[in-house]
Amino acid sequence: MAEPAQQKVFAPWEDPSEKPIIRFEGVTKRFGDFTAVDKLDLKIYRGEFFALLGPSGCGKTTLMRMLAGFETPTEGHIILDGQDVAPIPPNKRPVNMMFQSYALFPHLTVWENIAFGLKREGMEKDKIEARVSEMLRLTRLEQFAKRKPHQISGGQRQRVALARSLAKAPKLLLLDEPLGALDKKLRQETQFELMDIQEKTGTTFVIVTHDQEEAMTVASRVAVMDHGKLVQVATPAGIYETPNSVYVADFIGDVNIIEGAATPNGDQVEIAWAEGLAPIVAKSSEPIAPGAKVHFAIRPEKIYVSREPDMERANRVQGKVIDIAYLGNISTYRVRLANGQMISASMTNARRLSRRDFTWEDEVWLNWTDTAGLVLTR
Amino acid sequence: MNRKLSWFNVTSLTLGFAFLYLPMLILIIYSFNASKLVTVWAGFSTRWYGELLHDQQFLDAAWVTLRVGVISSTFATILGTAAAYVLVRGGKFFGRTLFSGMIYAPLVMPEVITGLSLLLLFISIGLDRGIVTIVLAHTTFTMCYVSVVVSSRLMTFDQSLEEAALDLGASAWDSFRLVTLPIIFPAVISGWLLAFTLSLDDLVIASFTSGPSSTTLPIKIFSAVRLGVSPEINALSTLMIAIVAIGVITASLVSKGAIKRQREEELAGNRT
Ligand SMILES: Nc1ncnc2c1ncn2[C@@H]1O[C@H](COP(=O)(O)OP(=O)(O)O)[C@@H](O)[C@H]1O
Ligand SMILES: [Mg+2]
Repeated sequence: MAEPAQQKVFAPWEDPSEKPIIRFEGVTKRFGDFTAVDKLDLKIYRGEFFALLGPSGCGKTTLMRMLAGFETPTEGHIILDGQDVAPIPPNKRPVNMMFQSYALFPHLTVWENIAFGLKREGMEKDKIEARVSEMLRLTRLEQFAKRKPHQISGGQRQRVALARSLAKAPKLLLLDEPLGALDKKLRQETQFELMDIQEKTGTTFVIVTHDQEEAMTVASRVAVMDHGKLVQVATPAGIYETPNSVYVADFIGDVNIIEGAATPNGDQVEIAWAEGLAPIVAKSSEPIAPGAKVHFAIRPEKIYVSREPDMERANRVQGKVIDIAYLGNISTYRVRLANGQMISASMTNARRLSRRDFTWEDEVWLNWTDTAGLVLTR
Repeated sequence: MNRKLSWFNVTSLTLGFAFLYLPMLILIIYSFNASKLVTVWAGFSTRWYGELLHDQQFLDAAWVTLRVGVISSTFATILGTAAAYVLVRGGKFFGRTLFSGMIYAPLVMPEVITGLSLLLLFISIGLDRGIVTIVLAHTTFTMCYVSVVVSSRLMTFDQSLEEAALDLGASAWDSFRLVTLPIIFPAVISGWLLAFTLSLDDLVIASFTSGPSSTTLPIKIFSAVRLGVSPEINALSTLMIAIVAIGVITASLVSKGAIKRQREEELAGNRT
């Protein structure tokens, strides 16, 4: 996609001189005595495609609605482009929102829906014409301009909603579960379309989703939320490779979690996790207190399954294959260890044609290096 | 749907409808009676309708009724819609429950009491009774009906549409005028028609609040009948029945059509 010359990585969050477009400073939102958003600090940078990820009810929509101006923070400040937005009503904010329900005006045509915001700005007629045409082209809706929302399909309505919120060229576009109502195929198509549009327009996107795959696909950074708090904010790769907690590790993709007591040993940690079995050896970037209760997290694809123990890997445990999920390019083995713990391990198929596949009830060895997994203290 | 009705159902249906509509039917039939004697049939004629058109008193009363109806139902619609909007959309404000209860109170208030209290009010502020007082009185008592019709529509109205309008830069007034009002308009129109027919029908409140120069048709009919039923009155009543029927049928068609359309739109909205 990107030309080879453009190798500069987009990572404004790593540049301390970069000014964020949005800054949440200790933002709390309470409904009665229920805290929907809890002392939240967050910086989002210009041109980002920022994803808010979390289970239903964790406060994602509330966060968006505070940005759009439909809810006022109980405490704290939201700074947009250097300005505290608290006194600015929703219709004066340089922010547009694409609603979870699309909220298209049923009595207006597609064209009029898209032109609605431009007309409120008092833009000249021919400029409106031009801008709406541009939006229709961008979202490939040209032939539906004269239809009413109920005369087009769900995917098309979703694009109308997007076109309408993009028409005013907002500094910030909020997308609240924009693809929730679409089926999987249309959803994936639209994700790429969204990324394309975001790249073309350079608008900062904040997208809410509870679908981790979606967040990983579209976002420059992902924030994982839980009960009104941010658990981790990082790039999709960062979230996947180095989750900072069991919650995040578990939320994103498949992961094996093994509980144990830690004993630091140089830059390594030994985790006693099952009686009579060798401790797990893992590298940890953080210092860990001796005897601390930790969780060892390891992704299935980081485990090497073999018939004989692999002496090159620091960790080796034996178990029995209970279940095999064949997924075409990979197979996932569910293996029961001697202490009853179940571990998933996945292997790429046909990498070595000579290797005989494992079958049910086979005794196998699970092997992984000391850097394959993560030691999590929370 | 085309189930055969049992004799029991047929009988009860006939009885019920006869009970409801026989008096009106007789009135309508006799309005086309050629004879001056109300109870003696002397052949079909539209004579009394013609005579009605030359009766200045009736024409005056009709004109008063029409003006009162149009003006009062228009005011009632504006006020009733505004009240419904605030009560449904205003969020929680102090005394909201009290207000929403109070707006419906006139629905169950005996008309005599409404009429009497309005009369006392007009006398105490020194307002001469005439068209103005009837209009005010009718606005007062029909407004709550409009409010009921409009607020039931507003309750199912998707609030995110208004938020979307605000989000796109519309002022609160613009978002009401350009988004909410067009969508709830069928309900507003049925509210207006309901208010208009109520105003047309009203005898009790109008009797309290009308002056010598401002007799409405129901008052005219009522006072004329006390001197004996004339074929002319039958003709006039038939006309009123026709107008009211048209009003009620239109109102129900408008809201039915709108409901059907909205259901289609909703179904479309859920389709992906
Ligand atoms: N207006 C409100 N009044 C009371 N509680 C609310 C309101 N809006 C949201 N909440 C509550 O706040 C929590 C977070 O809601 P929301 O932000 O919509 O979650 P999400 O979008 O992550 O699913 C939910 O438990 C919800 O019930
Ligand atoms: Mg939500």
